[in-house]
Amino acid sequence: MSKLSTGAEIVFKCLEDQNVEFIFGYPGGAVLPIYDELKNHSSIKHILVRHEQGAGHAAEGYARSSGKPGVVLVTSGPGATNVVTALTDAYMDSIPLICISGQVPTHLIGTDAFQECDTTGITRPCTKHNWLVKDIKDLSKIIHEAFEVATTGRPGPVLVDIPKDIQFQKATYSKPKRKNKLNGKRHNNFNQKDIDELIKLMSKASKPIFYTGGGVINSGPRASVLLRELVDATGFPITSTLQGLGSFPGDDNSFLGMLGMHGTYEANNAMHDCDLMINIGARFDDRITGKIDEFSPKSKKVHIDIDPSSINKNVKVDLPIIGDVQDVISSTLKTIKKAKPNFSNSNKQKISKWWEQIQKWREKKSLDYVNSTETIKPQYAVQRLYELTKGKDTYITTEVGQHQMWAAQHYKFDKPNRWMTSGGLGTMGYGLPAAVGVQIAHPKKLVIDIAGEASVLMTMQEMSTAVQYNLPIKIFILNNEYMGMVRQWQELLHDKNYSESYTAALPDFVKLAEAYGCVGIRATNPNELDDKIIEMLNTDRPVIFDCLVDKQENCFPMIPSGKPHNQMLLGPKDQEQNKITGKGKTLV
Amino acid sequence: MSKSAYSAPGKKGKFDKHIIVVWVDNEAGVLARVVGLFSGRGYNIESLAVAEVDAKLNISRITIVTTGTPQVIEQIKLQLRKLVPVHKVADFKREDKNVIFKEMALFKLVGNISKRKKAFNACKKYNAVLLDKTNKSYVVQVTALRREIDIMSKNLKKLGLVSVSRTGAVAMTRGAEIFK
Repeated sequence: MSKLSTGAEIVFKCLEDQNVEFIFGYPGGAVLPIYDELKNHSSIKHILVRHEQGAGHAAEGYARSSGKPGVVLVTSGPGATNVVTALTDAYMDSIPLICISGQVPTHLIGTDAFQECDTTGITRPCTKHNWLVKDIKDLSKIIHEAFEVATTGRPGPVLVDIPKDIQFQKATYSKPKRKNKLNGKRHNNFNQKDIDELIKLMSKASKPIFYTGGGVINSGPRASVLLRELVDATGFPITSTLQGLGSFPGDDNSFLGMLGMHGTYEANNAMHDCDLMINIGARFDDRITGKIDEFSPKSKKVHIDIDPSSINKNVKVDLPIIGDVQDVISSTLKTIKKAKPNFSNSNKQKISKWWEQIQKWREKKSLDYVNSTETIKPQYAVQRLYELTKGKDTYITTEVGQHQMWAAQHYKFDKPNRWMTSGGLGTMGYGLPAAVGVQIAHPKKLVIDIAGEASVLMTMQEMSTAVQYNLPIKIFILNNEYMGMVRQWQELLHDKNYSESYTAALPDFVKLAEAYGCVGIRATNPNELDDKIIEMLNTDRPVIFDCLVDKQENCFPMIPSGKPHNQMLLGPKDQEQNKITGKGKTLV
Repeated sequence: MSKSAYSAPGKKGKFDKHIIVVWVDNEAGVLARVVGLFSGRGYNIESLAVAEVDAKLNISRITIVTTGTPQVIEQIKLQLRKLVPVHKVADFKREDKNVIFKEMALFKLVGNISKRKKAFNACKKYNAVLLDKTNKSYVVQVTALRREIDIMSKNLKKLGLVSVSRTGAVAMTRGAEIFK
């Protein structure tokens, strides 16, 4: 007879066989047997967070920067409900997470027991799938399946809810079985005819554009290499969504910058006027398309996506190609090389007018802003941070708001998996714990959270985690004392009624850093900014950098809601008179 | 400029009625997953019928009557196929002549015998079966289309109908073929 293991042992055997090195978690009554077992498994390190939401975001940061799934361990009831935001965030941004939650013992389920909640019920809409383990014999199979569901197809979070009695019960452990198909769910569902059709469209196009997204990153680093080859082979311009940044070098001439609500003038106009749009691993999100009825009216649209339900969800496309981005680009490149080895040259003439037009849009310099010698402009702070860290293979996370958009606009990425931001759900408080997870995955690398002071306060407690594990993360706060994006919308759309968007009492971030046992640095004017940033970079400990920036700066360019791509609001070099004065601010 | 961070709704397409048939693993929570998908994404459910159809393979068959634009119906199918316990999804248009749709209803009729007999006769064209009889009442079973049962339950009111219980529609293709 084979050896029997307890449920808690089975959990760790599964994690070992799935090559898990780190779990992010927080103990509690219903997971104590699993925590008790932790000491017997030295290859797995537990990272103790300060709040379960932090565990979830840290696991997301770990997953996005390493390409491996993130693992979260939480207790029942509040432990599970606290992780819901992170699960939803991972679901929206397609990040593989495996969340293991404790549950009250089987015989107490449904009795409103202490720290009981319907965890599988609550997390059903924010996971790819979830399981309540009712029989110890199913446990190993379920955990292995959980890893498979989370990491295959379009990745995403899953949850396994394990009642406490199951953690004590014994069963034989079974190893993972490799399956090609999961319940008939296929990954690639395209054929050579689709690729031929794509190349036909590409050779006919005179105003083509690649529109790439997070799917390229999720497809693995090879996909980004192939994407570069594809852009080289075609000479087509390329733009990227927020999530796709890094899959193509941000400083390459073919790159038009990010598109969408705060994308560049050239990227959005090119999307509007193109005659062929090739969407690679993006999902026509509403922040990208603007008004759907007027979205890129004259183009043929190709959509390459691993998730069949992304096709025709928001925008009707002419040629859907369902498959892993890497495989689709690889097939496309092979066919081009075989059938049209001279594609780029033969095509150059045809699209030269298009490039001239793009050049004209570029001359608008839509990311420009009015710099100042007295106050630090937030864009300037991001630019200086970029200049002083480029070449260091830096990992950037962000919170959500204006600072996030400025980071996306002004920090140029040249590698995938270096940019971790909450795009779909837009979770303030994402960046700090995500930076913890990134630093765990890459202990020797420079990890910076470009933050806003409002966002970062939502998960500030995780600084304590960073200090405990000697994670030298840098929290670079663009502090304007406002919820900046809220303030911007109120200025533009609600007659400057700044309802509740000003934080009248903020902590002293330098003292706060010291209280946590890390280093606090403050920059108050542009003259000292570089020195202070260098001081931060030279500090081999966690740092909170309080960068006091212009309080009224708005994020431009922008597509106002309900408008198409070609009706952008440009940066107001001439709007200085509209500023809120010092006096006005006291009225806010 | 709109006062919203979201765009205004675009043009609405024409709504069609569809019958979606889903084969799923018969496990805890599977119906909640399917129904939750509909409510979470704002799709309609007009009727729902679900029962295990293969005890050995542990498969249940869910039949859902829904309405939506062609784009929404397409999304419903694609989203359903993504659920882990879902094996296959079939979609039939209500007008499809190649598919049989049936609903069952139970009518409780209370009143004098002549009224009840009249009511039972009216039910006869819908495979009426008299399931229960007392000196005051009948319970009658009929199988028919949704709209036929709608009409019957209206017409029988004056003939002593006091209670109606009905199932959701179930569907099956005509002929020897089965849906793969």
